[in-house]
Amino acid sequence: MTLALALAALLAVASVVVVALPFLRDPEPVSDALDELDAAERHRLELFETRDRALAALKELEFDHRTGTVSDDDYRALVGPLRREAAGALQALERDGATRGVDGIEEEGRPTGERIS
Amino acid sequence: MAELGRAALVVSLGLSVYALVAGAAAAHLGRRRLAFSAQNALLAAFASTLIASAVLLSALLRNDFSFTYVARTTSEALPTAYTISAFWGGQEGSLLLWLLVLTGFAAAAVRLNRGWARDLIVWVVPVFGAVSTFFAFLLVAVANPFATQAAPADGLGMTPSLQNPYMLAHPPLLYLGYVGLTVPFAFAIGALLSGRTDERWLVATRRWTLVAWTALGIGQLLGAHWAYEEVGWGGYYAWDPVENAALMPWLAATAFLHSVMIQEKRGMLRVWNVLLVLLAFSLSLFGTFLTRSGVVNSIHSFTQSSIGPWFLAFIGVVVTVSLALVFWRLPRLRSPTRLESAISREAAFLYNNLLLLALCLTIFWGVVYPLLSEAVRGEAVVLGREYYDFFLRIFGLPLLLLMGIGPLIAWRRASLRSLLTTFRWPTGVAFVTGVVLLALGAGSSVPGLIAYTFAAFVVATITLEFVRGTRARKALGATSWPGAFSSLIARNRRRYGGYVVHAAIVLLAIGVAGSSAFDTVAEAKLTRGQTMEIGDYRLQYRELDERIAANATEIRAELAVTRGGRDLGTLEAGKNAYTIEEQVSNEVGIRSDLLTGEDLFVIAEQIDPDGTVYFRVFVKPLVNLIWLAGLVFLLGSLITLWPDAREQRRLVERTREIGVPATN
Repeated sequence: MTLALALAALLAVASVVVVALPFLRDPEPVSDALDELDAAERHRLELFETRDRALAALKELEFDHRTGTVSDDDYRALVGPLRREAAGALQALERDGATRGVDGIEEEGRPTGERIS
Repeated sequence: MAELGRAALVVSLGLSVYALVAGAAAAHLGRRRLAFSAQNALLAAFASTLIASAVLLSALLRNDFSFTYVARTTSEALPTAYTISAFWGGQEGSLLLWLLVLTGFAAAAVRLNRGWARDLIVWVVPVFGAVSTFFAFLLVAVANPFATQAAPADGLGMTPSLQNPYMLAHPPLLYLGYVGLTVPFAFAIGALLSGRTDERWLVATRRWTLVAWTALGIGQLLGAHWAYEEVGWGGYYAWDPVENAALMPWLAATAFLHSVMIQEKRGMLRVWNVLLVLLAFSLSLFGTFLTRSGVVNSIHSFTQSSIGPWFLAFIGVVVTVSLALVFWRLPRLRSPTRLESAISREAAFLYNNLLLLALCLTIFWGVVYPLLSEAVRGEAVVLGREYYDFFLRIFGLPLLLLMGIGPLIAWRRASLRSLLTTFRWPTGVAFVTGVVLLALGAGSSVPGLIAYTFAAFVVATITLEFVRGTRARKALGATSWPGAFSSLIARNRRRYGGYVVHAAIVLLAIGVAGSSAFDTVAEAKLTRGQTMEIGDYRLQYRELDERIAANATEIRAELAVTRGGRDLGTLEAGKNAYTIEEQVSNEVGIRSDLLTGEDLFVIAEQIDPDGTVYFRVFVKPLVNLIWLAGLVFLLGSLITLWPDAREQRRLVERTREIGVPATN
């Protein structure tokens, strides 16, 4: 009984320590703000998703055409719009990158994170 | 040690509440250290639940009957393996297993994804906290496994039908499946709460959903095999409410695994996918409720308890809050693209989804109908096998056909001319199969014949896909044919692993159709020396043995079996009389022909004191393909689940490109 209670108390203390660990490790942080995506970054993420989706679709179409799953006629009808979609996403990303290159200077005061743009 | 177990559960409850409250506050206020602290609370809750589980397991293994749970579910004579399985055999233990797996999955899912989806994870933690709070609360306040009493001399033992090797794996796998569906649910709700409705919650949860889905699938097959061997009625699936309880979330998860591809490839069905995840999780809670509350009559329900109202209330809260969140975030969930053609791969997936959902809801209606009829008319009306079989044919056969059609249609749109060319081989194979089977007499069951014809169509398309793909890989520079084949799978594990899973479903369909539509049955009351016949088989009842096992008296009738004059050896069928449990179980005799997949299945229905035995005998063609399907299903799932290093690199790279650090 006594041993069980002692172990239980130990477990409770250990749990409190684990939970408090982020505060114990970093008692006075420069900033305690979460590193979250802002509106521009979310937009950029959507552009990346569109780009990756279009490129993956193009790759799959090429392979399906090669295997014969997609006929020549269907391939010709589908490949154009997909290429345009992929090119559009890449151009949008380029434009966005150029804009961010200028705006990014103002964002250097961000608390954490190594910005690459 | 019961005090330690109780304390560990209270600590788990406290940590879960902290993960919920602190996690929600951190997400709302944008506090980094508080968010990490809440994440640590989930990890600590897992450790604490692990300690509680160790205490219970230790009590079981020591036969410590001062634990009420141990005394109620085990006995001194119970073999050790079943003593371990008593952990999940009773109500409180199974809820503890739920909490253990849940906190373990939560800690792992948060840990694995917090690098590249940190802003999303912050909102996921309180959701995990909320679900684990519910289960920890149940264990602390309603169904405590650490209740104690003055220790009796021996325990009450375990229900005989649970004393089966399949019970060592079947329930834990189902729980892995049920609990695993919490992960996509938590990420979906986290995405809705945070407004991060981009693809990351899908990518983060795809493998978790697959793990849960695989566990549910294999768990159900093991359960079916248990029913086949142990329950002794001659079948493997009886549309029992508790069996259906596991099938419904599996169907919803199957629909999700297909429709998620449409979102990833085309950016469509965003609302639909969120709703499917919510449905799958709600059904997994409903399944646990059905199994554990004792609210329905079932051969698989071994408990009557008071947790029902708590579960219903929790399911109500989950459904209401989830739907409110979906409604709130509808503007963010609108798809940028539309379905371009009714003849396209995404359209085929959509039809597949509608059929899966229709089957799922039909089963749901069959499960709740007795409860509703009892509430309204005061009499529980049970929808029988005919109801379920009818809808299985209506929705299941088109689903089978779609498995063959979907992979051969292009995304976006396909021309009719192209389809005619693509499908000429599979259609030809299906047609020839149908004609041959008809000539062989398979026309006695029209649904069976259709199932086999469609199965041939699907097998042809899968084979065609593998052959064409391997040929293309070889042309693209693979050095050998095996190299081309492995490169084909390695470059698109989801697609080709999916085909292997489709092959498993075909095997399952063939096995189910063969054993249910084309089986034969014979009954006879025999005295020693007498014979009976069924199909080509001839069975002679030789003698009746009685022997004492560790915890039961075993009575076995020995039968000599011949087929077409060829000696096939002997087969035993009988009953076990369990002394401590004071129950009798049927112990069937099964002779499997691994070449044809056929089973000879013998039940000793009634054994008279003079040694006369009333036998019921089945011949079940192709039934072993059902169990083989389980192995193929597992193989396909493993191929699909295998980590894709290129995809991981792409995700990390994408995160870096946006400007968020990819690691902590």
